Amino acid sequence: MELLAFGDTGWGDELFCATLMTIAVSITAMLIGFSFAAIFTPLKLSKFKFLNLIANIYTTVIRGVPELLVIYLFFFGGSGAIMFVASIFGYNEYIEINAFVTGSFAIGIISGAYSTEVFRGAIQSIDKGQFEAAKVLGFSKFKQFYKIILPQMLRLAIPNLSNVWQITLKDTSLISVTGLVEIMRQSYIAAGSTRDPLFFYSFAAVLYLLLTFISMKLINKLEVKYSRGY
Amino acid sequence: MDFELMINSFPKLLNATVVTLKLLSVSLIVGLFIGLLFAILRLNKNIFVNKFAYGYSYVFRGTPLLVQIFIIYFGLGQIESLRSSFLWVILKEPYWCAILAFALNTGAYTSEILRSAFQTIKPGIIEAGKSLGISNKIIFCKVQIPIAIRQSLPAYGNEIILMLKGTSLASTVTLMDLTGVAKYIISTTFKPIEVFIVAGGIYLFMTFIIHNLIKFLEKKYSY
Repeated sequence: MELLAFGDTGWGDELFCATLMTIAVSITAMLIGFSFAAIFTPLKLSKFKFLNLIANIYTTVIRGVPELLVIYLFFFGGSGAIMFVASIFGYNEYIEINAFVTGSFAIGIISGAYSTEVFRGAIQSIDKGQFEAAKVLGFSKFKQFYKIILPQMLRLAIPNLSNVWQITLKDTSLISVTGLVEIMRQSYIAAGSTRDPLFFYSFAAVLYLLLTFISMKLINKLEVKYSRGY
Repeated sequence: MDFELMINSFPKLLNATVVTLKLLSVSLIVGLFIGLLFAILRLNKNIFVNKFAYGYSYVFRGTPLLVQIFIIYFGLGQIESLRSSFLWVILKEPYWCAILAFALNTGAYTSEILRSAFQTIKPGIIEAGKSLGISNKIIFCKVQIPIAIRQSLPAYGNEIILMLKGTSLASTVTLMDLTGVAKYIISTTFKPIEVFIVAGGIYLFMTFIIHNLIKFLEKKYSY
């Protein structure tokens, strides 16, 4: 137990900070994923074949390629790409992006592909009459979506989004390869310096289990909230 | 775009694909047996057996695969009694550690898939078997299992694809699978995009084949 003591003697406070980091990366990645989904879901549902194709390429490629490979792409290619864009604007210094940004962006793109599919499925399963009724009542396009489609969509999407959240949370463990100090990386450091990998990796597993357990409880509450009318 | 690098790295990556496919097939076969065993345990009426099987699938589905591999590869070597037993022959090799982790992981997901498949079988079918005087064992093997396999095909296809992506984690325990070799080439040449296109293309091709294979099987066994 003294291995987990807070302060200089144990790894308790380090692991606590690492857990907060994991939560921060997961939430950032989830939000980045939502913004990708906000772009690609309309493309998927669009009437134009070409826009459909773009969105399909995005979701198929990201869901068919291992997460680790995507992370390596961003880890090794990220600062190169940023520097290339910067050089167009006449900035030629070396730019280094920190591991948090690369990591949450890589995981965000992955989680966005899953979220896109979830939102597409949810919108498609809303009754067509709802769209027509909203139009007939003279709602503006924005109000149609915000007041009528979105609440119904969320009810259908939340159970699947909770799966996406779980996948995202577990994927953040892969960012440890880029050196960002989250649960997995911190356990790796602790295991290396104490020569007690079994204990620290098992403890990491317990932390992840706790995170999934607590988040499931919270999501269940949300689910109840959004299915009030049913 | 460095096309020469893409062409040069293709054979290397293709060689590494063999390692990926080996990891995938062995862990899927072992995982299927584990999954079937735990699905049967889940349907057991004894509450302890039931809870044990539920706990297994909860733990393995709730933690990242990376943690599981690290516990098995780095952690198990710490147990003195294990190091002196015959199991150490297997557990000192990263290859078998990775397979053990993948099999236990996919076993947990497979047990959930099979359990829900068993539960959707209509009781009338089993009752019909019973009233014909067929023994419980034969009903299970000849009626329940074939129906459950058909029911679980779509979900199991997804699981195979998830596992294919999961095998990329073998590269973290020094195995040179497709992702491992891709990372090696990227870190020596610093051309991430080219290598990503080739390696990603190979992965997508495998996903495509698996997807269509499952579709074909679904059609063949539909009723």
